[in-house]
Amino acid sequence: MATTDGCSNGNGKAASVVVPEIKFTKLFINGEFVDAVSAKVRNVTCVCYDFNPAGKTFETRDPRTGDVLAHVAEGDKADVDLAVKAARDAFEHGKWPRMSGYERGRIMNKFADLVDQHTEELAALDGADAGKLLLLGKIIDIPSATQMLRYYAGAADKIHGEVLRVSGKYQGYTLKEPIGVVGVIIPWNFPTMMFFLKVSPALAAGCTIVVKPAEQTPLSALYYAHLAKLAGIPDGVINVVPGFGETAGAAISSHMDVDSVAFTGSTEIGRVIMESAARSNLKTVSLELGGKSPMIIFDDADVDMAVNLSRLAIFFNKGEICVAGSRVYVQEGIYDEFVKKSVEAARNWKVGDPFDASSNMGPQIDKVQFEKVLKYIEHGQSEGATLLTGGKPTGDKGYYIEPTIFTEVKEDMKIAQEEIFGPVMCLMKFKTVEEAIEKANCTRYGLAAGIVTKSLDIANRVSRSVRAGTVWVNCYFAFDPDAPFGGYKMSGFGRDQGMGAMDKYLQVKSVITALPDSPWY
Amino acid sequence: MAAATRRAASSLVARCLLAGRASAAGAPPAVPSALRRPDGTRGLLPGVFQRFSTAAVAEEPISPPVQVNYTKLLINGDFVDSASGKTFPTLDPRTGDVIAHVAEGDAEDVNRAVNAARKAFDEGPWPKMTAYERSRILLRFADLIEKHNDEIAALETWDNGKPYEQAALIEVPMVARLMRYYAGWADKIHGLIVPADGPHHVQVLHEPIGVAGQIIPWNFPLLMFAWKVGPALACGNTVVLKTAEQTPLSALYVSKLLHEAGLPEGVLNVISGFGPTAGASLASHMDVDKLAFTGSTDTGKIVLELAARSNLKPVTLELGGKSPFIIMDDADVDQAVELAHFALFFNQGQCCCAGSRTFVHERVYDEFVEKSKARALKRVVGDPFRKGVEQGPQIDEEQFNKILRYIRSGVDSGATLVTGGDKLGDKGYYVQPTIFSDVQDGMKIAQEEIFGPVQSILKFNDLNEVIKRANASQYGLAAGVFTNNLDTANTLTRALKVGTVWVNCFDIFDAAIPFGGYKQSGIGREKGIDSLKNYLQIKAVVTPLKNAAWL
Repeated sequence: MATTDGCSNGNGKAASVVVPEIKFTKLFINGEFVDAVSAKVRNVTCVCYDFNPAGKTFETRDPRTGDVLAHVAEGDKADVDLAVKAARDAFEHGKWPRMSGYERGRIMNKFADLVDQHTEELAALDGADAGKLLLLGKIIDIPSATQMLRYYAGAADKIHGEVLRVSGKYQGYTLKEPIGVVGVIIPWNFPTMMFFLKVSPALAAGCTIVVKPAEQTPLSALYYAHLAKLAGIPDGVINVVPGFGETAGAAISSHMDVDSVAFTGSTEIGRVIMESAARSNLKTVSLELGGKSPMIIFDDADVDMAVNLSRLAIFFNKGEICVAGSRVYVQEGIYDEFVKKSVEAARNWKVGDPFDASSNMGPQIDKVQFEKVLKYIEHGQSEGATLLTGGKPTGDKGYYIEPTIFTEVKEDMKIAQEEIFGPVMCLMKFKTVEEAIEKANCTRYGLAAGIVTKSLDIANRVSRSVRAGTVWVNCYFAFDPDAPFGGYKMSGFGRDQGMGAMDKYLQVKSVITALPDSPWY
Repeated sequence: MAAATRRAASSLVARCLLAGRASAAGAPPAVPSALRRPDGTRGLLPGVFQRFSTAAVAEEPISPPVQVNYTKLLINGDFVDSASGKTFPTLDPRTGDVIAHVAEGDAEDVNRAVNAARKAFDEGPWPKMTAYERSRILLRFADLIEKHNDEIAALETWDNGKPYEQAALIEVPMVARLMRYYAGWADKIHGLIVPADGPHHVQVLHEPIGVAGQIIPWNFPLLMFAWKVGPALACGNTVVLKTAEQTPLSALYVSKLLHEAGLPEGVLNVISGFGPTAGASLASHMDVDKLAFTGSTDTGKIVLELAARSNLKPVTLELGGKSPFIIMDDADVDQAVELAHFALFFNQGQCCCAGSRTFVHERVYDEFVEKSKARALKRVVGDPFRKGVEQGPQIDEEQFNKILRYIRSGVDSGATLVTGGDKLGDKGYYVQPTIFSDVQDGMKIAQEEIFGPVQSILKFNDLNEVIKRANASQYGLAAGVFTNNLDTANTLTRALKVGTVWVNCFDIFDAAIPFGGYKQSGIGREKGIDSLKNYLQIKAVVTPLKNAAWL
């Protein structure tokens, strides 16, 4: 790791930022780091740096400064073809799907151990590439990722078919077979978690994989490819092709030789992916998309606890999280107190360099998102919501935004309907449980919901009545590898996590055998 | 031995212990893989142990490459003397010599162990830590077993007499494998949310049952340890384990490793001792919540009775067997001979699931008997520490004498003694590989569990007949079926009243395959997902729902 003064792009006078060493910037195909086969010329004028003349590259930037972190090989259709071919060969002829689940599990456990050993470096990589808090990377992102990997390592030898009760003189059973080559397209907000959320169950199932990380955050995925190889995952089983959605991503989702695609990202892109799957080979699709998750706080709640929880629910990871509790519904009895305390709490939420352990929140991922969030804040004001706190960029460079709270938000306002994906809380008041349920469900999304109450009846009733894939009661972001995660409605379909997620990566085969003579049927 | 070789050999053996697959691939009829050298040749020193050679046993026993460091009781994380201060000797079955004097647990020690386990259960941290943390400890334990593989295997062979190669290449790696299997279950133990008929929310919680008492036998000391301790710990229970008095050493050794891996004190307590004293105290203890026993059917009955008379603790029993091995007329006789030989003689015949009734179709009967005899004569019996040895001594003098009595009974009842029939050497408990043919269903050797290297071959001529005869046993542990006819295989598979049917294979013991008996072979299943429920209580939680969107 090196400290620079940030002068590399001429934008020089800010405080020092710690930049980790970047070791892997090429595509990872068939066990090797390779240049992109595509020509190097791209529609970007690269005015600086030694970029690799051998193939096309793109810049990944540090959101703390806007500086270029690295030039990364840019995968396009031709590269995806090579990666899919490698994955196909590894699937059809390689050891991975043919070894025992136990052996796969052992290699996956070794992979997890290697990731653990590099926690510091990997957290720094995501910190610089995604603007994520270094400390949380070390204590949450990376350990959760290895827990996920170990969970599915333990699942690899627990893939059970069933012996069926067929009516007639037959014996029936099911086999669960790996589905084949899986395309994985993941977002930039949790580069590490998203990688392992998809890759771990696919590996356990015996599939081979082509991963396209987000163009904003390609670095850790390449590092994981390297560690996977060290752990003994055979060549071709994991391929990583950094690149852009409209090129590399589209090539995966429309590929005729990819058997399934798992995507996490925006609802708009999810739709495009499903469409290209439909137009190509009808590959199975699982989508984990956007959300506008309600956080519902009832009169009987401990207000301080509720304030802290709802602050976490929206400002954690700078609001760049699909399950952000972005609509906060507060019952009228505690509304005023809640508002007052929330403003205070937001002001105490420290924005700063994610490598500074005292920061609560780093910069938004990039300029595009930064501007989009500010635009939503403008919308909120022009639509008549009251801006209680925040609302502005902060710092003199990078993409930092103040924790922002709106009140007097109406259900039909843009900021109450659309996913902002930034540190913007919409606060709303309600009177009755019925009203809370109705308002909570008044969205095209259905990813998650939070409930804060001491009442068992309210908790049970609202849990069942909210149309969302995850409900957190008196907690939020309580993710666990064993707890299925995914969306209702336009938040997607299919579930990550849990034993059920294995099904996305498995085919089911029924085998029926004539059984002319048996003492029982 | 390199870890990689060991793993490869172990998985090979687990997948296919029979020559069949190797032959199909064009290789010569094979010995079980564990007994092959890496170059594929039999690890047999020329001329040394031919045909139950007494030379082998007359030789000075090989000095085991391991120290005995742990001989005390393990209670609450500490190795302690027994309350009485008593010890008992554990003997080397190769010679009958004392290996070590081991602290002898009795009622008072069991009380102390149960108290420690109770405290560890009620106060934690074990059941209160996350399942992921428990699984990490079991994974670390597996890594430590792997690291100490050869020492553990040596201890096992020394105390038990089983071939060292079998212990080192199959059994100890299998212990690590089982621990990893159960580690993987720890964070996947699911209750159901079940539908109610009215406005109720119903959760089914799977909770650890509490203090588990476990009593294990001497034939596979560590595998039995793993079958019992693995699921109990994965589910968050605490354990008091009584090992067999013949083989107390290896469990103490690995339990030390388990503590090194991070197991909190009191979670696993190990009591060495005898059945009528320590075992009975555990089975009748009022503060033990669950009992699991593997051993003889006679003792199983006592254990079940003690549970009934004390606190009604639920009991799982894995007991004796007299498992049929059925060879149909379409069988490749050479392969069938090798498999049937393995099914009976493996582990000196000291397997509860030994294929001890070899039913052979009359059309291949004579050839089968002839070739079985030739195979038995080639069986390499000798010091289990010597490379290439297939069969070591029986566990102790009592078993040794019992087997010899059964052999006399076979002769007296008119069965034809084809080969063997006597002890081997003048030291230790070696028995010649023995085969009887013309065995009739009513003979004692066809009815009772011999638990030694005595194969009984019976003739049949019809599928329905063999089903009937195979099922005419008080036992129902396992069966082998040898045929390539799909319909025959399916019919036999479903008609045999046994807990495991091996078709064209035998003794395949993967972690995920449930194992246990029908009839007097026991109650419940071990290994696989089914083993978890032995160690879980089920609690239904019912809450009214008020105005929920759906039921």
